[in-house]
Amino acid sequence: MSGRVHTIVALVENRPGVLNKIASKWRQRAFNIESLAVGPSEVPGLSRMTFTVDGAAHDIEQVTKQLYKVIEVVKITDVTDQGTVARELALIKVAATKESRSAIIEIVDVFRAKVVDVGPDSLVIETTGTEDKIDAIVAMLTPFGLKELVRTGRVAMVRGGAPTVTAPSADGAGRHHRSAGEGKPKLGSLI
Amino acid sequence: MTRMKGADIIMECLRKEGVEIIFGYPGGANLPMYDALHKYPDIRHVLVRHEQAAAHAADAYARVSGKAGVCWSTSGPGATNLVTGIANAWMDSVPLVCITGQVVSWLLGRDGFQEADITGITIPITKHNTIVLDVEDIAPAIAEAFHIATTGRPGPVLVDIPRDVQQATCEFDYPEKVELAGYQPTVVGHPQQVKKAAQLIAESERPLILAGHGVVIARAAEALREVAEKAQIPVITTLLGIGGFPGSHELYQGMPGMHGMYWNNIAIQEADLVIAAGMRFDDRVTGALKDFAPNARIVHIDVDPAEIGKNVKTMVPIVGDVKNVLQQLATQIAPGRHDAWRQRLADLRRDHPSIAIPETDRLLPQYVIKKIYELSGPKAYYATGVGQHQMWAAQFFWGDNPYSFVTSGGLGTMGFEVPAAIGVQFARPLDTVWAICGDGGFQMTMEELALCTEYELPVKFAIINNNYLGMVRQWQDKFYAGNKQSVRMFQPDFVKLAEAMGITGMRVSDKAQVASSIEAALRHPGAVLLDFQVEDVEDCYPMMPPGVSLSDTIDQPRIEQPDYAR
Repeated sequence: MSGRVHTIVALVENRPGVLNKIASKWRQRAFNIESLAVGPSEVPGLSRMTFTVDGAAHDIEQVTKQLYKVIEVVKITDVTDQGTVARELALIKVAATKESRSAIIEIVDVFRAKVVDVGPDSLVIETTGTEDKIDAIVAMLTPFGLKELVRTGRVAMVRGGAPTVTAPSADGAGRHHRSAGEGKPKLGSLI
Repeated sequence: MTRMKGADIIMECLRKEGVEIIFGYPGGANLPMYDALHKYPDIRHVLVRHEQAAAHAADAYARVSGKAGVCWSTSGPGATNLVTGIANAWMDSVPLVCITGQVVSWLLGRDGFQEADITGITIPITKHNTIVLDVEDIAPAIAEAFHIATTGRPGPVLVDIPRDVQQATCEFDYPEKVELAGYQPTVVGHPQQVKKAAQLIAESERPLILAGHGVVIARAAEALREVAEKAQIPVITTLLGIGGFPGSHELYQGMPGMHGMYWNNIAIQEADLVIAAGMRFDDRVTGALKDFAPNARIVHIDVDPAEIGKNVKTMVPIVGDVKNVLQQLATQIAPGRHDAWRQRLADLRRDHPSIAIPETDRLLPQYVIKKIYELSGPKAYYATGVGQHQMWAAQFFWGDNPYSFVTSGGLGTMGFEVPAAIGVQFARPLDTVWAICGDGGFQMTMEELALCTEYELPVKFAIINNNYLGMVRQWQDKFYAGNKQSVRMFQPDFVKLAEAMGITGMRVSDKAQVASSIEAALRHPGAVLLDFQVEDVEDCYPMMPPGVSLSDTIDQPRIEQPDYAR
């Protein structure tokens, strides 16, 4: 599959099994999800997902159409060609000795990252930015001894006043009757 | 409001939805539903012999009745046995509501006895599915299931309900209206697009309509006819579109594709406009996509936006219910004639009589099928299995009874015919229903014959028995150097089998007996099984070999065929 990395943003009902249904559609067309970030949106009951996937525009369009057929997907948009602000957060645990600590902190400062935990032989660094920036700081820190790395995956928002994705109606999950499972303890969360 | 058990709520919901019949099978996890059944005598339950048949029968019932089919089963193996039937309904966009019992909720995910993660399993083959974990959610879940199954592009919906939820109680409150933010199908065509399509029709000299299952599902035959007649456009129906246009109509051209009529495949390649109505450009229809309809501009009418541009580049897509769109189109198009084009099609048809049956004393399968059509009258219904007999059944169907041809198209499910014919008979109790069966497929679901005796169903079964898995044998001959492997099979005595099931059986091996045996079957008030011992090795033509273009369809190479095993 030749193409480029696409950023897809979806508003989905926050119900058990939704992620499974969405993942199933990507899998059927043999797409590999590069990153996925999920969390609550501005609308109660709706979660917002940001996918990055690598592929040709036509193939991606086909899958997003299929994804839109998942009943719990309220809205889905490919924002790749729109002006967006896109960020990722990473936590990096790096080995730090008395001798190396100040060199590491120097790098952290250059990247406008933050030290969020200090241990006797390690530091945890928090950084936010584009994938490129995170790749760069990780590359700089790796020689010190990379102990652990976690990245959230990209989240994105369209610039300016227009919303990135909008729910067709604003009343929560948009079910005009009491929706199945609503307000009940869930067996699992969305994921 | 009174408090009710979950199982009673299920039944109340079905009653609210106007359900008259459930195809099902009991087991530990749906026993509360069976316990509730007797309180609802207006809802008939049909006890199948295998859950797959419940799904197929409900599927066929839905296709003929135009209502959602309903089937249910217990958890675990009961639910997984439904899977083939659900997949079949999914591929052919049939509205099906499946209710599965599930192990008690506190055992979920703990490998309880007869637990299967049926919602997980059926994600790729349902339009929607859900597990209900609170009795108060049963009514909305079932209301949503019927709404989703029957609107937009129809499809199967599965609702999984643990046994304890069926036994819990709450007040019954059925949602009057279901509206889902993430599900708002476009049903009316965009007027601008309709206008563009009308413009293309006006400009076109060699137009064709390719009508698919959408026309049948949307009950759009009348609208299709109006468009075709007004602009004088020849109509080709796909396998599942059969019955969407009158077979005797002068504009009707039959089926295209892998075993479609040669004249249609060539016509598609020559057409300058293809109006695809409720069809999805399946590979069995298009052949090699890059060579498909090279001279044609394409108008694609489909209710599912995901079908637009999926396989074929479209000049004018129109998303909407095909009936609405065709009605819109009928008002927009100008009366037209395409005499030269229609003459060209008539010439093709004269020069390539693709479905002519050779003169012979041998008992050819095509002959049997054609005779069944000739003798069964204008109001008969047909269900087929999958394989050669299906293709012949499709080729020789030129009847006018709309929506009367039921077959497994997308999934190609052998064994569909027996339970499907039973489902059709329940939907059309007073009409003749034929199951046109392959000898292989018949043996996959023949346990259901017992239903004909139990429920007094006068289904006529015709086994086109060539002692082979005929289509596989044909491919082995054509594409695997004649290496016939695992296609010749031992056959039970089908006549004795019929008798064991309590129905009349007849063996027919002589061409001279064909008509009289069919007539006898039609006269007989009950179910009849006719075991037609047809020619062992008869290939189905025309044939477009896999991967080639429609232009390379082989018409009738009968003369060059080696004389296998005669």
